[in-house]
Amino acid sequence: MTHPAAAPTRPEAPRDAAAPLLDVRHLSLDFTSPRGRIHALRDISMTVPRGRIVGVVGESGSGKSTLAYAVIRLLAENARVVGGEIVMDGRDLLTLSPREMRGIRGRRMSMIFQDPMTSLNRVMSIGQQMIDIQYRDPISKAEKRKRAVEALRRVGIPDPEDRVNGYPHQFSGGMRQRICIAMAMMVEPALLLADEPTTALDATTEVQIIGLLERLQAEIGCSILFVSHHLGTVAELCHDVVVLYAGEVVEQGSVRDIFHNPGHPYTQALLDCDPGRIKEKTRRLPTIPGVVPSLVGDQVPTGCIFKTRCPHAFDRCDHEVPPSYAVVSGEVAPDAPHTARCHLRDAAEERRP
Amino acid sequence: MSTLLEVEHLKVRFRSMGALRALMRRVKDPYIDAVCDVSFRIGRGETLGLVGESGSGKSTIARALMGLIPSHGGSMRFDGTELRGLSQRAYKPVRRDMAMMFQDPVGSLSPRLTVRSLITEPFRIHGVRDRDMDAETRRLLEMVGLPAGFAQRFPHQLSGGQARRVGVARALALDPRLVIADEPTAGLDVSIQGEVMNLLAELQDRLGIGMVVITHNLNVVRHISDQMAVMYLGRFVEQGPTEEVFHRPRHPYTEVLLSANPEPDPDAKLHRVEARGDIPSLAHRPTGCEFHTRCPRARDYCREVAPALSSAAPDHTYTCHFPLEADAKERRLEA
Amino acid sequence: MVATAETTRSEQTDVRGDSAWVQHWKQLRSNPLGLFGLVLVVLMVGSAVLADVIVPYDPTQILVGPRLGPPSWEHPLGTDQLGRDTLSRVIMGGQVAMLVAVAALSVALSIGLLLGLIAGFGPRWLDNGLLLVLDSVRAFPVIIFALAVITLLGPSLTTVVLVVAITSIPVYARVVRTQTQSLSDNEYILAERAMGAGTPRILGVHILPNVIGPLLILASMDVPLVIALEAGLSFLGMGVRPPTPSWGTILNNGYNYIQNSPWPVIAGGIPIILTTLGFTFLGEALRDIFDPKLRRDV
Repeated sequence: MTHPAAAPTRPEAPRDAAAPLLDVRHLSLDFTSPRGRIHALRDISMTVPRGRIVGVVGESGSGKSTLAYAVIRLLAENARVVGGEIVMDGRDLLTLSPREMRGIRGRRMSMIFQDPMTSLNRVMSIGQQMIDIQYRDPISKAEKRKRAVEALRRVGIPDPEDRVNGYPHQFSGGMRQRICIAMAMMVEPALLLADEPTTALDATTEVQIIGLLERLQAEIGCSILFVSHHLGTVAELCHDVVVLYAGEVVEQGSVRDIFHNPGHPYTQALLDCDPGRIKEKTRRLPTIPGVVPSLVGDQVPTGCIFKTRCPHAFDRCDHEVPPSYAVVSGEVAPDAPHTARCHLRDAAEERRP
Repeated sequence: MSTLLEVEHLKVRFRSMGALRALMRRVKDPYIDAVCDVSFRIGRGETLGLVGESGSGKSTIARALMGLIPSHGGSMRFDGTELRGLSQRAYKPVRRDMAMMFQDPVGSLSPRLTVRSLITEPFRIHGVRDRDMDAETRRLLEMVGLPAGFAQRFPHQLSGGQARRVGVARALALDPRLVIADEPTAGLDVSIQGEVMNLLAELQDRLGIGMVVITHNLNVVRHISDQMAVMYLGRFVEQGPTEEVFHRPRHPYTEVLLSANPEPDPDAKLHRVEARGDIPSLAHRPTGCEFHTRCPRARDYCREVAPALSSAAPDHTYTCHFPLEADAKERRLEA
Repeated sequence: MVATAETTRSEQTDVRGDSAWVQHWKQLRSNPLGLFGLVLVVLMVGSAVLADVIVPYDPTQILVGPRLGPPSWEHPLGTDQLGRDTLSRVIMGGQVAMLVAVAALSVALSIGLLLGLIAGFGPRWLDNGLLLVLDSVRAFPVIIFALAVITLLGPSLTTVVLVVAITSIPVYARVVRTQTQSLSDNEYILAERAMGAGTPRILGVHILPNVIGPLLILASMDVPLVIALEAGLSFLGMGVRPPTPSWGTILNNGYNYIQNSPWPVIAGGIPIILTTLGFTFLGEALRDIFDPKLRRDV
């Protein structure tokens, strides 16, 4: 769908089918604040394989949205990448000039946000906005308009020929999110970044949007990085899951591995907490006691980041940062490596409960 | 159980346009019905869960109960006293016995007051001067599980969960008999949601207060409420004991809501019942059964005739011409 | 997220902390520009208050010494065309300037605050009515209005105060009204009503403190404007009557003799600049302190 006309030099990257589309390696990111540097992301390594939906789950302050914004390089001004690389198409996105990055946004990757109202221009008609984002394509305005109508039809907007002239406030929240998805998908990106796209929506609308993303992904064959705190939607939509806690990846693997055979105590606790998993009526819901550690300056705990709240913490967790251990999975051939950063998964510690 | 709150045929209307414009456009009835013919009762120590999507009128009921907005029909009796038609002055003692917690944990706390001032605010409002405020501060903070040192913090220095605890402490300061909680878990992480629900449940068990819990989160309702009501376009479409409604829903909308609750299990691809399209506007209510525009079971009959209230059991009611069978869901789960 | 994990020693048991004012002072202390502004403002206000005591000469007394003299040990800022001591005149002029600013702004603030609260929290029709009046006043060009009033009442200190006050009321009332309206939409105001709080309590405890900060900041930034207006009117000969010294008249007189000596103009101009800087820096520092969202933990 992209046309070379307005493009700066865009070297064709080696398209090794086995290589992941997006490879985040040892990414560390700080925010400067009056109280010191906040180490928001620390040593994040994760991949988004081609054609797969990867869910990034975590609670507020885990850095899950920051990760998505780092990938598309739309970070706040006080953010500083202090290490690592984000490789896509064989190039480290962090080394690209702003101009080169603009060439990638809205073409190789696009993004949808939590609040569709704030990502649409409220004084411009939907059609005009959808024509505008095709500014790179050397086709007539009528053709662009036709494509906009088609894109709207594709995401299930009724009467798209008519509604394309509407303004954002004339649509419901769910419809607005559909429009945002239509705009993001119109360029048929290789990677779609979705930052909590269903959080602001009602439950019945939420499942509609999830279904839509699922269908579009299958049609276009793109990859999706889906950021959410909602375990239910992640379980339903995603193929792979990355669990973040306080700025670190604590566990990653295929969705079944993560939900059925969690290898990290945090993942386990998070799953236990979800009232949706507790079928029997109870007046005592499980919780994760304690608070998320401070990430300011040198207050980041040494050793395992979860140790302050972990029921299984032992002396080793206090001083040794757990590396990624492979988690022995119940499945014969897991379709994604399952790793957890917990000393309990070390073969040497297997004797422990 | 003795009845604490009894609401019958409550109706709340909002003006849809100014009086002048209505006159110019010759609109005779420039109102929309936000809440329509709603009835329920709550006993001491009981919890009613109000469930519905945004715009269904659940928060409007709460505000009408608190006298924050006028109501236009029916009755609301709290402990035998009719609340409708009370003046703002006469409402003041009611607001001592009925406390409300608002959605936004931080935003419902006055930003310039310390936690100490916030949780002792009810004492000042109601002129309770004979108590030692330091002692009350300590008592309330301890009750909601916050360290005493939090008394000097400002709202913006609190996390969502902590702010919610402060909200609970403030609501319970004057030992109310009824607490209305509007989305008590909104904006909180799952690990904190449990904490807040547990706190509410525990305080309810200890103090025997009645509660109205308004939420869109079915998982919350399931664990905290005895009775639940499902709202659609300002009406109760189904109402009954929580377990009963969960296991044997009769109204298709209830079923849609229940199945729109994705389970945190990738293999639990339960049979999904989806509603078509969007919630209609209150200004243009559909004819007949108001859910027919989205209902997967709608027939021609539904478009024309509004269904009356039916009972599945004495305390389980619904409004639908073609209700789900009692065992439909169970059969499907087995299949 | 970040604010949650840390607790200080005293926080464990103490349910009383520093009062809000102590916290504000601590913040101001750590803001160098704000502190500089505060020093300037204190200096200006202090010299205005103590003017009668600290002036070295009678500012209206015509001395036998040199006319338009340069700065010297006897006359640190030189003398004017009549041989009067410029420093004394600048100090007394400061008193006049502050008097006008304080009097005019307090009148404008209190009336503006009252009208703004009524318009913002009261019924819709009252709001609409008040807005109509306020906008009509504001639509009138300040300088024309000033000239009209001065022509009617004659030039005097009181006239200047009156003109400044009347033209400032709509500005403050509008700010207060908008603030009040957006504050009353907040959930915490609804929460207060649900707890049984009446209108006086909501306005006094929950809205006023949130309005007064921005308003005082606005006013402190308006002080230089008022002083400039006073100086301007006096410069044109329509403000303070001679021989009462005013920064405007000092400038005006000096301007006529600028080719003989620049000192009177410099002496009249510098206090205006310093006052403007002082109030602006202080105003900006206050804004940072009073906005709780920007507030840093102390």
